[in-house]
Amino acid sequence: MSRAFLGLPGPPPRAPRDTGYLRGQRPFPSAAHAALEDSQQRRNLGKATGTIRDKRARMVEEVPDWERLRSAGAAIKADALARLPELLERFESAVTERGGVVHWARDAVEANEIVTRLVADRGADEVLKVKSMATQEIGLNEHLAAEGISAVETDLAELIVQLGGDRPSHILVPAIHRNRAEIRDIFLREMPGVDPDLDDDPRSLAEQARKYLRAKFMDARVAVSGANFGIADTGTLSVVESEGNGRMCLTMPETLVTVMGIEKLVPSFADLEVFLQLLPRSSTGERMNPYTSMWTGVTAGDGPREFHLVLLDNGRSATLADGVGREALRCIRCSACLNVCPVYERTGGKAYGSTYPGPIGAVLTPQLAGMHETRDDPNASLPYASSLCGACYDVCPVKIDIPSLLVELRHQHVERSRYTAEAAMMRAASLAMSSATRFTKAQRASRLGRVLGGSDGRITALPPPFAAWTSARDLPVPPRETFREWWESEQGRAAMARARREAERGEW
Amino acid sequence: MRVALFATCLGDSLFPEAVKATAILLTRLGQEVVFPPGQTCCGQMHVNTGYQADALPLVRNYAADFADESIDAVVAPSGSCVGSVRHQHGTVAEHHGTPALRERAGRAGGKTYELAEFLVDVLGVTDVGAYFPHRVTYHPTCHSLRMLRVGDKPLRLLRQVRALDLVTLPEAEQCCGFGGTFALKNSETSTAMLADKMRNITATDAEFCCAGDSSCLMHIGGGLSRLRTGVGTVHLAQILASTEQHVLAEPEVIV
Ligand code: SF4
Repeated sequence: MSRAFLGLPGPPPRAPRDTGYLRGQRPFPSAAHAALEDSQQRRNLGKATGTIRDKRARMVEEVPDWERLRSAGAAIKADALARLPELLERFESAVTERGGVVHWARDAVEANEIVTRLVADRGADEVLKVKSMATQEIGLNEHLAAEGISAVETDLAELIVQLGGDRPSHILVPAIHRNRAEIRDIFLREMPGVDPDLDDDPRSLAEQARKYLRAKFMDARVAVSGANFGIADTGTLSVVESEGNGRMCLTMPETLVTVMGIEKLVPSFADLEVFLQLLPRSSTGERMNPYTSMWTGVTAGDGPREFHLVLLDNGRSATLADGVGREALRCIRCSACLNVCPVYERTGGKAYGSTYPGPIGAVLTPQLAGMHETRDDPNASLPYASSLCGACYDVCPVKIDIPSLLVELRHQHVERSRYTAEAAMMRAASLAMSSATRFTKAQRASRLGRVLGGSDGRITALPPPFAAWTSARDLPVPPRETFREWWESEQGRAAMARARREAERGEW
Repeated sequence: MRVALFATCLGDSLFPEAVKATAILLTRLGQEVVFPPGQTCCGQMHVNTGYQADALPLVRNYAADFADESIDAVVAPSGSCVGSVRHQHGTVAEHHGTPALRERAGRAGGKTYELAEFLVDVLGVTDVGAYFPHRVTYHPTCHSLRMLRVGDKPLRLLRQVRALDLVTLPEAEQCCGFGGTFALKNSETSTAMLADKMRNITATDAEFCCAGDSSCLMHIGGGLSRLRTGVGTVHLAQILASTEQHVLAEPEVIV
C-alpha cells in the first residue's frame, strides 16, 4: 500500500467524500433544529452529561499536579506530531520485528479494502469489534456488510446503537441519547435469543448483553479493534476500556486486525504513564479504568496467532500540514469536551453529522474531511456551532485550545468563501469603526433605531439577519445620548467634577 | 494613575450607563480618568466571526489610542472586549499587520484590564463604598471567567456592597448562549441555552441579574424582557458606582 502521505508533492488529500462518516447531510443549525425538539433526548443528555461532568470534576480535583499532567500530555503529543514521519517508521519496524504485519492506508477506502481482504482471506463471515472511533470514521461495518461479512459490536453502548439501527452520538458513550427503557425495547426487538421477560434494570440489561456476546466470543475467528495508543519505541498497542469485552476480542480470536489513526502514536513506553492518568479521569470520571490491554506483535501460545496493523491517514496529514489546526490531532478522545459543552448538551452528537461530535468534532471533522468540498458543505457550519464559551479548553487533558481553533477555522472558511452579504456587512462595520469620526456618524444614524421601539423602548421585531435575535429576545432602543456625547456634555462634566470632589474628600 | 477608559463600541452606543458608572467609580477612587476620543471598537466580532483581516484597522486604531506611554492603564467594563484585546490583537497583528503594530498592540493589551480585575488586582480594593438596596444574582460571563480568569473578584466586590442582597445563581458558570454572531447563526441553540439561564435566574427570585459585560447582559436581558419576567439586568459597574448619596441612574432594564 502507499505511504504517499510522507513527502507527497502538493497538499495532502482530505478524507474521501463518499466513504465513512465525516460529513452530515445538512448544516448544523438545521440538524440542531430537529434535535432541540426531541424532549426525551434533551432530558437524557442533560442528565447524563451533568452526572459525568460532576464525576470528572471530583476526580480531577483530587490530583494535586493535574495542571502539570495536562502540560505534560500536551507536550508529549505535540512532540510526537512534530516528528511523526520518523516515529511512524520506527513504529513500523518495531511492530514488524515482533511478528506483526503493518499496512498503510491513505484513506478510508484503502483501509476498508485492506480489512475486508484480511477477513475474507481467512474465510470468516463474522468479525467481533472492539469499540473504535477509527473504524466508525471509515464506515468499516457498512463496507464489511456489503461484502457479506457481519461485524458484531461488543461494547455495550455500541451494541445498543448497532441493534437500534442508530448512529452513535458520543465518543465514549455512543448511546448516551438513550435511556434504559428505550434500551430494553431495542433488545427485545433486535437481539437474537432475548429473554422475553427482560426488565429495564441496568443489571438485567447488561446480563442479557453478556449472554448474547459470550456465545459470539467463543466462535469468533477474527476481531477488529482500534487503538488508544501506539508506542513508537516498542511497537506496543494499547486499548483502554471499562467492560472487558475489548480484552475478550483482543485475546480470543486467531486473528486480530487493528486500525489506528497515525496520530495515536506516542514516542516511548514511559509516556503512557501520563496518559493513563489523564484519560480515565477525563473520560469516565474514574481514577483508573478497569481494563488496560497492551500487546506487541504476536506471542506464541498466547493470544491471536496473527496480528495486522492498519495505519490510517484519512486526512490526518492534511490536518498536520496546518500549523494552527494540527493541535486538534493531540486529541485522546476522552470526550470531556463534549460533556461540558453547552451546545452539545442541547443538540446531542448526531447534529454534527460526524463520527466526532462536540467541540473536538467541530474542529477535527472539517480538517480531516475538508469544509469546501461541496457547495454549501455541511462541514463549513461546524466551526460556527459554538458560543466560544471556552469550557472545552478548560477540561481538555491535552490542552487543545478549541475556541482558538474554531476561530481560526472560521477565518479559513471566510477566506475561501465567495463574497457574501455578511462579508459586505463586516467590511462596512470595519470601515465605520476604523475611525472615530465615521463611528460617531454611524452612532447618530443608528439612533434612528429609536423609532423601532414601542412606547416602552423595547424593540421586538427586526428584519433579517437580526430577526434571528428578535425571534426570542427583545432589544432596547438606542439611548438618547451615547457615552461620548455625555462625556462632552455639561451634565457629564458636572458628574465627573462631583466624583473628583468625592475623591478629594474621601467621601465614598 | 492615569486611567484611560475604553468604552467599547457597544457600551458607547447602546449601554452608556455602564460606562458612565465606570468613569465615575474610578474617579471617585482617586484615578485620573481620560477618554481618548479616537477609540471605537476592539474588533472582537470580526475576529470571532472569521473576518480577521477586517479586524486589522480596529486593532491598529486601538493601539494608536491606548499604547501611549502617558496612559498607565486602560480599563473597560467588558470581559469579552478585554479578552479580545489581550488574546486576539496579537494574533491579528501577526497575521495581517507589521511587527511594529504587533509591538504596539502588545503594549496596549498588556495594560488593559477588565473593571473587577483592575479594582482588586491593581487598586487593591474590594470595598468601594457602594450601596445598592436590591436582591441581585451574579452571572460570571464566559470570557471573564475562562479567558481572563477573573475568578471570584466580582463577587468579592459585590459582597462589600451595602444593603445588597446577593443570591447565588445555580449553574452560574454555564454560558448564557450569546456568543456574538452565534446568537444569530445558531439562534435556536442559543435560545435553548438562554432558556436554561433564565430559568436559573428567575429561580433565585432576584430583582436584577448582574454581570461584567453589557453584551451578555443584552442577551440575558433581551430574553428576560421578552418573557416579561420582571427581572432586570444591571452592570457590575452600575452597582459599584451607586452610593447612598448618589443612587445611580436606573439600571438598564427593559422589564
Ligand atoms: S479534545 Fe481534549 S477534551 Fe475533547 S475529546 Fe479530545 S482530548 Fe478529550
